[in-house]
Amino acid sequence: MTVAVHPSQTGEPVFYLADEHPHPEGWSTSLGFWIYLMSDCLIFAILFATYGVLGGNYAAGPAPKDLFDLNLVAVNTSMLLLSSITYGFAMLTMQQNKVAQTQAWLAITGLFGLAFIGIELFEFAHMIHEGATPQRSAFLSAFFTLVGTHGLHVSCGLIWLVTLMVQVRKFGLIEANRRRLMCLSMFWHFLDVVWIGVFTFVYLLGVLR
Amino acid sequence: MSPDLPKLIFGRLTLESLPLHEPIVVGTFVVVALGGAALLGGLTYFRLWGYLWREWFTTVDHKRIGIMYMILGIVMLLRGFADALMMRGQQMLAFGGSEGYLNAHHYDQIFTAHGVIMIFFVAMPLVTGLMNYVVPLQIGARDVSFPFLNNFSFWMTVGGAVLVMASLFIGEFARTGWLAYPPLSNIGYSPDVGVDYYIWALQIAGVGTTLSGINLICTIVKLRCPGMTMMKMPVFTWTSLCTNVLIVASFPVLTVVLVLLSLDRYVGTNFFTNDFGGSPMMYVNLIWIWGHPEVYILVLPAFGIFSEVTSTFSGKRLFGYTSMVYATVVITILSYLVWLHHFFTMGSGASVNSFFGITTMIISIPTGAKMFNWLFTMYRGRIRYELPMMWTVAFMLTFVIGGMTGVLLAVPPADFVLHNSLFLIAHFHNVIIGGVVFGAFAGINYWFPKAFGFKLDPFWGKISFWFWVTGFYLAFMPLYVLGLMGVTRRLRVFDDPSLQIWFVIAAVGALFVFIGILSMLMQFAVSLLRREQLKDVTGDPWDGRTLEWATSSPPPDYNFAFTPVVHDNDAWWDMKRRGYQRPLTGFKPIHMPSSTGTGIIIAGLATAMGFALVWYMWWLAVVSFIAMVAVGIGHTFNYHRDFDIPAEDVIRTEDARTKLLAGVN
Repeated sequence: MTVAVHPSQTGEPVFYLADEHPHPEGWSTSLGFWIYLMSDCLIFAILFATYGVLGGNYAAGPAPKDLFDLNLVAVNTSMLLLSSITYGFAMLTMQQNKVAQTQAWLAITGLFGLAFIGIELFEFAHMIHEGATPQRSAFLSAFFTLVGTHGLHVSCGLIWLVTLMVQVRKFGLIEANRRRLMCLSMFWHFLDVVWIGVFTFVYLLGVLR
Repeated sequence: MSPDLPKLIFGRLTLESLPLHEPIVVGTFVVVALGGAALLGGLTYFRLWGYLWREWFTTVDHKRIGIMYMILGIVMLLRGFADALMMRGQQMLAFGGSEGYLNAHHYDQIFTAHGVIMIFFVAMPLVTGLMNYVVPLQIGARDVSFPFLNNFSFWMTVGGAVLVMASLFIGEFARTGWLAYPPLSNIGYSPDVGVDYYIWALQIAGVGTTLSGINLICTIVKLRCPGMTMMKMPVFTWTSLCTNVLIVASFPVLTVVLVLLSLDRYVGTNFFTNDFGGSPMMYVNLIWIWGHPEVYILVLPAFGIFSEVTSTFSGKRLFGYTSMVYATVVITILSYLVWLHHFFTMGSGASVNSFFGITTMIISIPTGAKMFNWLFTMYRGRIRYELPMMWTVAFMLTFVIGGMTGVLLAVPPADFVLHNSLFLIAHFHNVIIGGVVFGAFAGINYWFPKAFGFKLDPFWGKISFWFWVTGFYLAFMPLYVLGLMGVTRRLRVFDDPSLQIWFVIAAVGALFVFIGILSMLMQFAVSLLRREQLKDVTGDPWDGRTLEWATSSPPPDYNFAFTPVVHDNDAWWDMKRRGYQRPLTGFKPIHMPSSTGTGIIIAGLATAMGFALVWYMWWLAVVSFIAMVAVGIGHTFNYHRDFDIPAEDVIRTEDARTKLLAGVN
């Protein structure tokens, strides 16, 4: 781009590009997606802040110590972390243009994600069954909303993943699909990072205090 | 038929929900229905639906989307201002035992709707519309980064506006004030649909605003033409960049806080309740963490407009460009450090209040720097007092007053006296009307010839200007006085007869503003009729300085036949000065995005979902949500979203312009 700024050979200033190349498709996509992710990050930031403020208000109801089963959460966390690793493998095979292997890794990622959601729903059902409903106290409202929002994001990611698998199957690993897989990859790892925060801040610190 | 069936279908919507007992609302409905029927009939009669759908509703052209935003803003201004007139009338009359003509139920909806509409559906569309129209042209781009998203954002904003308007005739609007503080806005105290309309209107419009923020940031960062480094960007583009950063970094907060409020209302959680550990003050903090940046979202682009106008109409380069940019950036950052000044009376203690009082006062420093930059730009300039410049001068005088009362309110002890008083009302109208509204009008008068190829009629423009400005002072200076005497906001009836005269003066002011608005509509109509006399074929009617004036008016679909190359801050000025010759040959096909109906369809479904959630029509909410997701996914299966404008079309368009220009010279 800097080439064009220099004066032309005759010394006259150049005021327009006589011979231009349009921006390649998806020129702004990764920046746009990063900015979107940061706005999503802000959503989680506010939910964390809300949990930070209200998380100690048990209203004479159950506290984290009474509710959280760290073993279950550890299993759940490993599901999500493993899904991030397998997504990484999917991206590596995508770079090598191996459609079948990419699809396989994506499918495995989806299964790990599904397992994560399943365990989370099981945990929620268990808590609600014990009377620890979102309505019981501000702590539980904030807990269910923070963890639930994360779960909702993973579920959206799963729908997205299936859509992309169909598209890769239909159209192959074309440029547009590679870009989309890259975006989902960022989204997926982002949710992983958020979960690290949830795991530390909500579960580990919750059991400690 | 089982008695539950209507409930299953219509949720809590019944015939009683229609406000048939409110004669004012019924009368409004009749007028709106007749006008709407006439409009729809006219469109059908003249067979305009196909044209509108193809050329406007489905367009991804940033210029047309910008114009549609402006139309939305102006239409909603009429609604929001009708509310203002009714409030002024009520407060003028309700003295000496009189109840006025508005009952409490209706009056409370009016002041809520007025605030919500003016901020979200007047100021935001006007500002977003101008940014959408002007920014790609100023940076020499062909469109925004994500043209489809741009169309979608616009229709989401419309969806929010539609819900607010629907609440006037179907059910009711919130009676909580424009920020809907709990516990009043919680289900226990506001069990009816008003707050739900509020929530879903803002959520739907908010999605649009956030996405349009992301879009414009990407546009400015990635699509600037060669040579335009960051410090060579026009100031309006700079302020737009900062505004959109603020949008992306603050609207998610609004989204979350409204989600939490709806969870409280729909699910029965305890975020903002008084018992079970909830905290209403949490809501107030969160919503102002969005709310304070929001006022800078509105006013920064206005500052950008004034910068462009001052420099153009003084015939001089903008004084202190670098300091202007840094002032904008500093305001952007500081706007996140002042939110607590909206509730000094919360009782957070002297040290916290001092911190936020001081940060608030610090904001006046970069703002003052801007003011001096404009003054020094005018100093020794050849000032042309055309309409944009008149609005700018009115802004400078008015905004300084509003800024000073703002600094006064930033002093916590003073705020304890003036909190929630009419002094506050006068202050923020002083800065929002004096800053944002005057800015939007300066921008409309400045860029209208660019968008339509003819100038706006100056005679009616001046009438509108003088009525607006005097009307503003008449309407709001009395409110300062009343506020200092201790009159609080949102009151419906008054006991003390000595106050009445001030409310009468304010009502006269509101009438002046009304004449100002009518004159502005007249200005548009007269300009349309006199468009041949007001025509501008040069594309540069004001002797402009920035790139948008380098192309024709209105610009072709592709904006620039060749992407410009920039060497100077005032790129077009520089080109003119150095003898730029418009290229006449060598045109090539131009790659452009195609129109799509997906945006309007998804936004329509989102609006239906919002309506369903307001009325507890669960089946409709589920159906429209699934449809939304399906249409969205379906859209991603379309991989061919672009086309090429053939070189012959470009040649034809450019030759026509060559002929026009030759006719002038």
